[in-house]
Amino acid sequence: MIALSGVGKRFAGGVEALRDLSFAVADGEFVSLLGPSGCGKSTALRIAAGLLRADAGTVARASEAIGFVFQDATLMPWADALANARLPLDLKGMPRAEANQRAAAALARVGLSGFEKAVPRELSGGMRMRVSLARALAAKPKLLLLDEPFAALDEITRWRLGDDLRRLWREDGLTVLFVTHSVGESAFLSSRVLVIGPRPGAVTADIALADGRDTRLSPATIAAQAAISAALTIADAA
Amino acid sequence: MKALNILSPLLLAAILLGAWQWAIGHWQVPPYVLPAPSAIARAFVGNFGPLMAALASTLTVTLQAFLAATLLGTATAVLFSQSRLLERMLYPYAVILQVTPVVAVAPLILIWVGFERINLALTIVATIVAFFPILAGAALGLKSADFNLVELMRLYGASRWQILWRVRLPTALPYLLAGMKTAGGLALIGAVVAEFVAGSGTATGLAWRIVESGNRLEIATLFAALALLALAGVVIFAALSWLEWALLRRWHESALN
Repeated sequence: MIALSGVGKRFAGGVEALRDLSFAVADGEFVSLLGPSGCGKSTALRIAAGLLRADAGTVARASEAIGFVFQDATLMPWADALANARLPLDLKGMPRAEANQRAAAALARVGLSGFEKAVPRELSGGMRMRVSLARALAAKPKLLLLDEPFAALDEITRWRLGDDLRRLWREDGLTVLFVTHSVGESAFLSSRVLVIGPRPGAVTADIALADGRDTRLSPATIAAQAAISAALTIADAA
Repeated sequence: MKALNILSPLLLAAILLGAWQWAIGHWQVPPYVLPAPSAIARAFVGNFGPLMAALASTLTVTLQAFLAATLLGTATAVLFSQSRLLERMLYPYAVILQVTPVVAVAPLILIWVGFERINLALTIVATIVAFFPILAGAALGLKSADFNLVELMRLYGASRWQILWRVRLPTALPYLLAGMKTAGGLALIGAVVAEFVAGSGTATGLAWRIVESGNRLEIATLFAALALLALAGVVIFAALSWLEWALLRRWHESALN
């Protein structure tokens, strides 16, 4: 579905963000890119999305149907929730009635029925993030890329959104690439975790997670957390 | 609270006007030095027709200049936002236009455009005065668009034009409106300055009324014209403030409360 191989990136200031980064995400996988702040994981995601060009290496994407969610909701403050969710459809030139219908359906799927006419200022941080998620879903993507989407939210909201994201991933058979610095989140949500070492970023551990992680407190989830934490400690020591 | 906001300045006005009226009578100040408020009111009523005609003339120039400055300023800012080269090339000249005293440029414009097209000449002078805040506001606003939102638009295949129309221009609106509030007052100032430069005989606005009344020592009429000018400025500012509130109240922090 998406594969990066030997990707390197150096910014104009001379900072080397990535060196020889390689990984592949298969159809239907939910892969977390986990690492400390500044390790280049967001840069990797931007390169995967095609928002940024790599200096070295290759990026192969099977589909152009991408949804992208930023750490901030990144909504148009002057437009209501429906118009925000509709944005990718408007840009495609979809007829207004059909686009409205699909945007409203996407809002309903993230639990925002009845908030179509609300502008971002009238919504809470969690609800704004839901609109952002609905906007990504409205385009019916095959591949969903998320850049620390819950980092700015309180823990309770974060858990609810995580539950919803996992449900949407399963229902739609999405392929998800999820950048996070939360061990707990990656252990519960993903099917595989890629640990990225300190800058310049490269994959230091590739951990496939077992089934049975039905809740955040399931034994399998706790075991996954332990495995991921161990891999992080080794990455730090190296 | 609202009533207090309106009533307290009015109360002060009543006190000051009363004191003024009393002082004129008490010290026997001659009306050609400082007329009493009652004399100004009489002059206003007595010259109501000509004063209104003069007001209409000045307001026409002001409004035309304001609209022209808004259109030209926004269009220039859009050009700047699309080409760094154009911006680097033209911005210094916009600044020169702004810092050169308009009183010094006005005679030249009057001569070039010709006194037979006096309204056009006045409008051009006033437009020059009002132009810069619009350009500066709109240019800053167009640059302030959320970087990630623009990236997202590109990811979804948006064209330059779509990014401009859907993200940059709405982002620029609060900045543009702030510029327009400044430009509204400046357009009026520009119109008045241009009338002064044009001198009597050709221009027919309030500034010309003020010059003429001064020459004839009709100080009460002069005050009446002055009061009308101030009132016009306040009304322009209030109208633009209302427009700002109406357009931004749902989504922008500046329009809260």
